[in-house]
Amino acid sequence: MTATIASPGAASRRAGGRGGLTVLIFLPPALLLFTIFVAMPMGEAVWYSFYNWNGYGRPENFVGLKNYLSLIGNAAFLRALANNGLIILTSLAIQLPLALGVALMVAGKIRGAVAFRMIFFLPYILADVATGLIWRFAYDGDYGLISGAMSLIGAPPVYPLADKSWAFPAVLVVIVWKYFGFHMMLYIAGLQSLDKSLLEAAEMDGASAVQRFWHITLPLLGPMIRLSVFFSVVGALQLFDMIVPLTGGGPFDTTNTMVSYLYFFGITRMRVGFGSAVGVVLFLFCVTFALGYRRLFMRDD
Amino acid sequence: MIFRKLTLASIGVALGATAAFADTTVRLLHVSDNPGAVALWKKIASDFEAQNKGVKVDVQYLENEAFKAKLPTLLQSEERPSIIYSWGGGVMRAQAKAGFLSDISADAAPWAGTLSATAVKAFQVDGKTVGIPFDTGEVGFFYNKKLFDKAGVKADDIKTWDDFLSAVKKIKAAGITPIVVGAGEKWPIHFYYSYLVMRIGGASALADAAAGKDGGFKAATFVEAGKRLRELAALEPFQAGYIGTSHTQAEGMFGDGKGAMQLMGEWALDSQATNAADGKGQPIDNIGLLSFPLVPGGKGVATDVLGGINGWLVTKGAPKEAAEFLKFFSQDKYQREAAAKGYYIPVVNGTESAIENPVVKQIAGQLAASTYHQNFFDQDLGPSVGRVVNDISAAVAAGEMKPEAAAAAIQEAWDQQ
Repeated sequence: MTATIASPGAASRRAGGRGGLTVLIFLPPALLLFTIFVAMPMGEAVWYSFYNWNGYGRPENFVGLKNYLSLIGNAAFLRALANNGLIILTSLAIQLPLALGVALMVAGKIRGAVAFRMIFFLPYILADVATGLIWRFAYDGDYGLISGAMSLIGAPPVYPLADKSWAFPAVLVVIVWKYFGFHMMLYIAGLQSLDKSLLEAAEMDGASAVQRFWHITLPLLGPMIRLSVFFSVVGALQLFDMIVPLTGGGPFDTTNTMVSYLYFFGITRMRVGFGSAVGVVLFLFCVTFALGYRRLFMRDD
Repeated sequence: MIFRKLTLASIGVALGATAAFADTTVRLLHVSDNPGAVALWKKIASDFEAQNKGVKVDVQYLENEAFKAKLPTLLQSEERPSIIYSWGGGVMRAQAKAGFLSDISADAAPWAGTLSATAVKAFQVDGKTVGIPFDTGEVGFFYNKKLFDKAGVKADDIKTWDDFLSAVKKIKAAGITPIVVGAGEKWPIHFYYSYLVMRIGGASALADAAAGKDGGFKAATFVEAGKRLRELAALEPFQAGYIGTSHTQAEGMFGDGKGAMQLMGEWALDSQATNAADGKGQPIDNIGLLSFPLVPGGKGVATDVLGGINGWLVTKGAPKEAAEFLKFFSQDKYQREAAAKGYYIPVVNGTESAIENPVVKQIAGQLAASTYHQNFFDQDLGPSVGRVVNDISAAVAAGEMKPEAAAAAIQEAWDQQ
C-alpha cells in the first residue's frame, strides 16, 4: 500500500528533483541576462515616460500621462504611424506577391536559377545604412540615376526626396527592393520542401498549372507565407537605419517611421521622457501584433 | 585557469604601469575632424605632460552625433572625461544645472582677461565659469566674385534687405542660381531665420523672447522674420530640390561654382573646397564676404554677428590639472599657430594678427569690431527648442507653414521643456 503510493510519488520527486536541478543551473543566467538587458531597460523606459526629462541627472519633473497625450494630436507622430501602416500595406500587397512570383520562377531547375536567386538576394545582404546612402545618390536630382534616365527622354530632372508627396513612395520602392529577396528565399525554401508527389498526382488527374498553384502549392506554402508576413510586419515596425541616411525623416517629417520619429524627436532633441513614451507605444504595438498574430494565424505552424 | 591568471596579471601590469608613469590622467574628449587642429592639441598635451611629471593628458575623439548622443550617459558614469568639447548654450546650461560641471571661476579669473570677453561670457552659467572658449566664428554670405560680376551685382551696394532681394533677382535673371543651401539638414537654413530675428528685433530679441516678453517667441519679431524668409524663398533663389539637399552637397555646389552665394559659418571656406568635384573649390581670392543685410525699421545693426563659440568644459570631479591644462592650452604661442595655419579663429586676444587667409582675417576683424555676438540659435536655445527652430525655418521657407504658426511652434517647444 505504502509502496504503491510512494513509488509514483518518489518517481515524480526524482523527476522533480532532476528538473529542479536543471532549472537551478540553467535558469539563473538566462533570467539574469533577461532581467538586466530586457526587463529592466523596459521598466526604466516606462518610468521615464512619465517625466519631462532631458537625460541629465535624475528625472524629477513628473508629468503623468502628458507625454502620451501629446502624441495623440502630434502631426509628425501620426504621419510616422501612418507610414508604418503604409509600409506594412505595401509589403503585403506588392512585396510578398512579387517575392512569391519570383520564387516560383527561380525555385525550379532552370538555367541560371542559382545566379538569379543570388542577384535578387543581394540587396538584402547590403547594410541598411549603405542602402540608404546608395539610393539617396540614385534619387539625387543633379547627379542621380533617375534624373539621368529622365534627361535621356528629355524630361527635366526630378528631386523625389525633396518633394513631400514623392519622398515616401520613393522610400517604399527602396524597402521593396531591399527586402523582397529575403522573402523570396523563404518561399524558395518552402517550395523546395513541398511534397512533389502531390503535384505529380494532380498533374496526372489533369489539373492545370493555375489550379495546381491555387489548390496545392499555395495551401502547402501557408506556414511559410504566414512566417513571411510576420517578419515583414515586425520589420516594418522596426525600420530605422535606412531612413536616417536616405531622408533623415524629411522633407517636413513626411518619411519618418515610429523608430526614426523616436530618434529625431526623443534622442536628438534630448527629450528622453517623451522619447521613452514613444518607445513604450512602439513596444505595445509590437507585442500586441506578435502575440495576436501567433495566436490567430500561427498556432498550427 | 591559465586565462584567468593571465587576465589578473595583465590587470596588475596595467595598474602598475599607470601608477608608475602617471599619477593623474586628464582625459579630453573632442569632436574635431580637422587633422591639423587635433595634431596641434596633441602637441600641446605632450608639452604639458613634459612640464608636469606624473600627469597624462589623453586627447580622445568621438564623432559629432555619437558624442551628442553619448554625453548624457557618459557624464553620469564614473568614466566621464575631465574635459569635454562644447558649443555652449542650452546643452551646457542643462549640464551645469544637473551638476556635471566644475566651477573653475577661481582658476580662470587670473588669466581669463587674455581671452575675448564675449567668448568667456559664453562659457559662464549664472556668473560662474564652467569652461574655457577656444574658437569663435561668424555666419555671413560667402559669395562667388566672378558670378557676381557676371550678373552685374556689386556686393558693396547690398546694405538692406531690399538691396539683397533685388541682387537675388538680378543673379537669377542672369541664369545663375543665386543661393545654395543644404536645407535637408535644416540647420543651414535656420541661419536665415536667426539673422532676420537679430536684424528685426535687435541684440536683445532672443533673450527677450526667452524671458517671455511680448508673448515670448510669438512676438512680432519672430513672425516678421518668418515673413521675410518666405519673401526671399518665394523668389526661388535656392538650387532645385534644396529642401532635400545635404549641407555637404550644398558646399560642393558652391565650390563647383554652381551657386553665387551661401549663408554659412567660417568653416565653409574649407568645406566648399573639400566637397567640390575637383577637391579645390573656389580659390580664396574669388570668395567675398557679405554681412547679412539690414531690415528696414529693424533694431539690429550690421555689426551684430551670429556665429559659434566653441570651448572646453571641465566636468565634475575632474583633477585640478584639468583647469591648469586649459590655461596652458590657451597660451598665445599655441593659439597663434592655430590662427596662422588657419585651423580656426582663436579667442586669445591678439592672435588674429597671425591669420593669413584674407577672408578669415576679414571675419576676425568683424568679430573684433562686433557690437553683439549671438551664439547659434539651435545651440543657444538647447536641443529641444533649437531643433524646432531648424524645422520651422525649412517649413516657412518652403511655404509649408505660416510664419505665425512657426512662431507659436517655437513658443510651444519652449513651454514644454
